[in-house]
Amino acid sequence: MKALFADKMRTSFVVLGSLLLLFIAWPLLKMLSASPPGLLWQTLLEDDVRASILLTLYGSLIATVIAFVCGVPLAYLLARTDFPAKWLIEGLVDVPIVVPHTAAGIALLTVFGRRAPLGQAFDLLGIKFVSAAPGVVIAMLFVSLPFLVNAAREGFESVEPRLERVARTLGASPWQAFWRVSFPLAWRGILSGMIMMWARGLSEFGAVVILAYHPMVAPVLLYERFESFGLRYARPVATLMILICLLAFVLLRVTARGKESKA
Amino acid sequence: MKQQTSVQIQDLWIDLDEFHLRQIDLNIAGGEYFVILGPTGSGKTVLLETLAGLHRPRQGRILFSGQNVTNLPPEKRGIGFVYQDYALFPHLSVAENIAFGLKLQKIAPESIEENVRGIAGLLGIEHLLGRRPKTLSGGESQRVALARALVVEPRLLLLDEPLSALDPEMREELQRELARLHRQLGTTTLHVTHDFEEAVALGDRIAIMNEGRIVQIGSPEEIFKKPESEFAARFVGVKNIFEGEIRSGENDYKVLRLSDSLEIVLTTPLGGRVHASIRPEDIIIAREAFRSSARNTFRGRIVDIVDKGVLAYITVNVPPELTCAITRRSLKEMELREGLEIYVAFKATAVHVF
Repeated sequence: MKALFADKMRTSFVVLGSLLLLFIAWPLLKMLSASPPGLLWQTLLEDDVRASILLTLYGSLIATVIAFVCGVPLAYLLARTDFPAKWLIEGLVDVPIVVPHTAAGIALLTVFGRRAPLGQAFDLLGIKFVSAAPGVVIAMLFVSLPFLVNAAREGFESVEPRLERVARTLGASPWQAFWRVSFPLAWRGILSGMIMMWARGLSEFGAVVILAYHPMVAPVLLYERFESFGLRYARPVATLMILICLLAFVLLRVTARGKESKA
Repeated sequence: MKQQTSVQIQDLWIDLDEFHLRQIDLNIAGGEYFVILGPTGSGKTVLLETLAGLHRPRQGRILFSGQNVTNLPPEKRGIGFVYQDYALFPHLSVAENIAFGLKLQKIAPESIEENVRGIAGLLGIEHLLGRRPKTLSGGESQRVALARALVVEPRLLLLDEPLSALDPEMREELQRELARLHRQLGTTTLHVTHDFEEAVALGDRIAIMNEGRIVQIGSPEEIFKKPESEFAARFVGVKNIFEGEIRSGENDYKVLRLSDSLEIVLTTPLGGRVHASIRPEDIIIAREAFRSSARNTFRGRIVDIVDKGVLAYITVNVPPELTCAITRRSLKEMELREGLEIYVAFKATAVHVF
């Protein structure tokens, strides 16, 4: 604590930094104080609010599961192997972070839209993306997968390759060495990546709104209420979403903390 | 004793990152303890990992008891591998680490536990079975790594600088342990190290490796008595090495009887056939017989004098031949020359036994 105010420079840095922290905390606290628990509960009982929150939660969960199945192998490859143009692949994984999310939504629409070949192929299977839950899932998947892939990759990079080699000499096939050694040791990194991805998916608006205005995810519902009825109606929904995301965030910090103490 | 596996390495060439192994030919007999001695970066680890099937050679063949295993994956080779840094699985307990290979073989849980207890008893680590690897000392970790490698009864045990990460005391203890395990189990063993004494103490035969090539193969005696290259001589770099039989002496002293029947007084916990070395700097030269605290005094004839600037190396034939280092100034003052009869003396504690 003393080190914070050791000299004039630090004291002024504390003041400047505090301004920024206040800028984050003040609106959040204001939201919570403006929405009494009774009002929040009432809002939660509204059918369309509940439906949209549930859609948001499980949409993001499915996106996370898909990213887990394909992203963990990709992360392992990126951590363990070198190949030509690897930098290109690494860049591609990060692209969703830098493109405007509405643009990402448009891009997805051009591939998965009703008139696009891939969209039509899925249509035959009975899966529609436009104005349907699968659209929500792919929008969330697109914008949030870098979080999982990068965290899982860091997880695998922290596993000493010699451990896999020893496992192989002890009779493990490549699959067994992966499941018994690499995966459990990278698990915390993967888990925190999954939580980060899931939380990022929950808050996605831009890409989702292009593909699927309906059924409404919570951020879209929030936007619609604000547009149609104003701030007072939008606020309780916003507060609920913030609380849910904070919960996910706390979960993430707890797993990250566990990782540090274990290392 | 079970069938012992011999290893033939034929014209093996490996390219891996900055390592290039060239034309490796080795024949290791079943049950032999074979040491590869070479400086850091000479490609020793790459050779071991290739034998384990972790890297594919560019050319050449590897045979285990005549069976070509060059294209077999590691899990099919029956190898025990021990790394310098132990490479224990940090997420598993000591018992689970040791049981790792057995579990993969789908053995009944009771017999896994029995095997784990058995090997832990052999290595004296039963009290550690419930612990996590990160709570173990270096010596304990290496015992666990050895137990994990040996419990699957490998055809070939590969040891990659297994003692190098340990402090000197623990190193000596584990070195004795390795010798004992090898006597008891008779597993064909390939051990790589950069430590000459370790190689001499453990190896039935030694191969010297430099820059990806084997430069000499022979028994420890052949290597240090007749290094075939400048590199081998420099790398081996130890003078005054003897082999002999330890006998008990007076008080706490022991006596080492050399093959040329010379007896040296020394102190050591070891017994049986051992090697001993004396640093040239620790030997005193005198023109006349004298009384001193040094327990070893011998008469000999100077056969060679090499002036290296500050120091001069005097070879004295007792026999055997002893090399002594003295300052150039002493060389002048004592008027030493070849053919002169002199006395050499050194303390019992100056003799290093291994």
